[in-house]
Amino acid sequence: MADLFDKHRGIAERFQRMLAMGVNAVGVTNEKVLSPTRAIINGRETILAGTNNYMGITFDADCIAAGKKALDDFGTGTTGSRIANGSYSLHGELEAELAAFLGRKHCIVFSTGYQANLGMLAGLAGPKDTIFLDADSHSSIYDGCTLSGARLVRFRHNDAADLERRLKRADDDGGGRLVVLEGIYSMMGDRALLADFVEVKRQHGFQLLVDEAHSFGVLGPNGRGLADEAGLEADCDFIVGTFSKSVGAIGGFGAGDHPLFETLRYAARPYMFTASPSPTSAATATAAVRKLATEPQRRQRLAENSQRLHAGFRALGLDLGCDEPSPVIAVKCSDEVSTIAMWNALLAAGVYVNIALPPGTPGKLCLLRCSVSAAHTPEDIDRIIELFSEVVAGQAAHLKASA
Amino acid sequence: MTATRDEVFAKLCELLQPFNANKVDLKGSTDISTDLNIDSVSVMDFIMEVEDHFDIDIPLNVLSETRTIDELGTVVTGRLKGK
Repeated sequence: MADLFDKHRGIAERFQRMLAMGVNAVGVTNEKVLSPTRAIINGRETILAGTNNYMGITFDADCIAAGKKALDDFGTGTTGSRIANGSYSLHGELEAELAAFLGRKHCIVFSTGYQANLGMLAGLAGPKDTIFLDADSHSSIYDGCTLSGARLVRFRHNDAADLERRLKRADDDGGGRLVVLEGIYSMMGDRALLADFVEVKRQHGFQLLVDEAHSFGVLGPNGRGLADEAGLEADCDFIVGTFSKSVGAIGGFGAGDHPLFETLRYAARPYMFTASPSPTSAATATAAVRKLATEPQRRQRLAENSQRLHAGFRALGLDLGCDEPSPVIAVKCSDEVSTIAMWNALLAAGVYVNIALPPGTPGKLCLLRCSVSAAHTPEDIDRIIELFSEVVAGQAAHLKASA
Repeated sequence: MTATRDEVFAKLCELLQPFNANKVDLKGSTDISTDLNIDSVSVMDFIMEVEDHFDIDIPLNVLSETRTIDELGTVVTGRLKGK
């Protein structure tokens, strides 16, 4: 009989090779978090440039006060699911706040962002339906698709013409068709080419879900995400988002205007069979969503910081994930060993970024991935650029060939 | 479109070569994932090439039961007949 862990021996060896080169890059410990942009790591103060804390809202005084009040009023945990054990008023207040912010009739809150995709996809699509998903989709989308039991057709990243080809080619079996896009793709930082996909939608007819995990609160005149930025909200049937990025809490949501939307509460297993969001998470998320509406200057600062980092990296000649600035800025590196070495050197020099390796990346890329925060100062951004100049740009292999 | 099993096998091997970094000798019984030691995303990228070459759909959920080149060949010839 095989040992169940035999299949993971390759992973274990790869992990050991990484450990041998320095710090555990996929298990960094923040010994103390000083602010949205500073933590103590390995005993020293480090600039955080890999937190997805886009709005820098995690230490906001109003959000913390709301969380403390919820802790006092409702206790530490909900100890059950909303179906079996009942909701807290905090859940309904958060859903109402989100629906109003998004201008949608309905909103359902999930306990994590991962579960929001699982719940929405598995709730919407069933075995007789087909989901068309972008090749670069986040794992939570792939897993939600699998859980749904739907036929899964993967189209080339951000290629509306390829989606159209696949729509034409797919069996017309009378089932529903759901297309899934992301507002900002989490690894490369590029936006979905929404207008192109909406054009295909108008010709072929399908229902469209946009995961705004990295764009909610970040893009658009109202901060509602890519659909808001592109002026195409009416064409997006379903919006998914998370609280673990711009909202600075834990949880996720799905929203839409469909008259039967609320039935997902009784059809989506990742909603029904898990504990509801904790009182503190629900309350801090509600306070943060209010801030997204009333404090647009955060969005403005984030855009300025993103542009500053993107331009700085470009000036160094680094090969970046995409040409358009967004808060996700990925630097392409040549191979796993040198990427791990550079990541260690950056941390030792005082900046934490994310390391992203295949198969978690598209096209077998090795990335040093930065996420920018509204709470970064221009000096923070310049320091990050300086450290990348010393550690990364010094190695010619990572420079853009055309630069 | 008609293609014999041998023709399909030969084409699958050709499309698989860019993913075959270790230059494994390809046989009908070769397991596309474990024998070639390629990750899940690369398997999906390979399938996309197969779909576009033969102009067929191979839904991802079919792949969980398709491990070897011969098994994939059976899927491809089946989808070609259905066209």
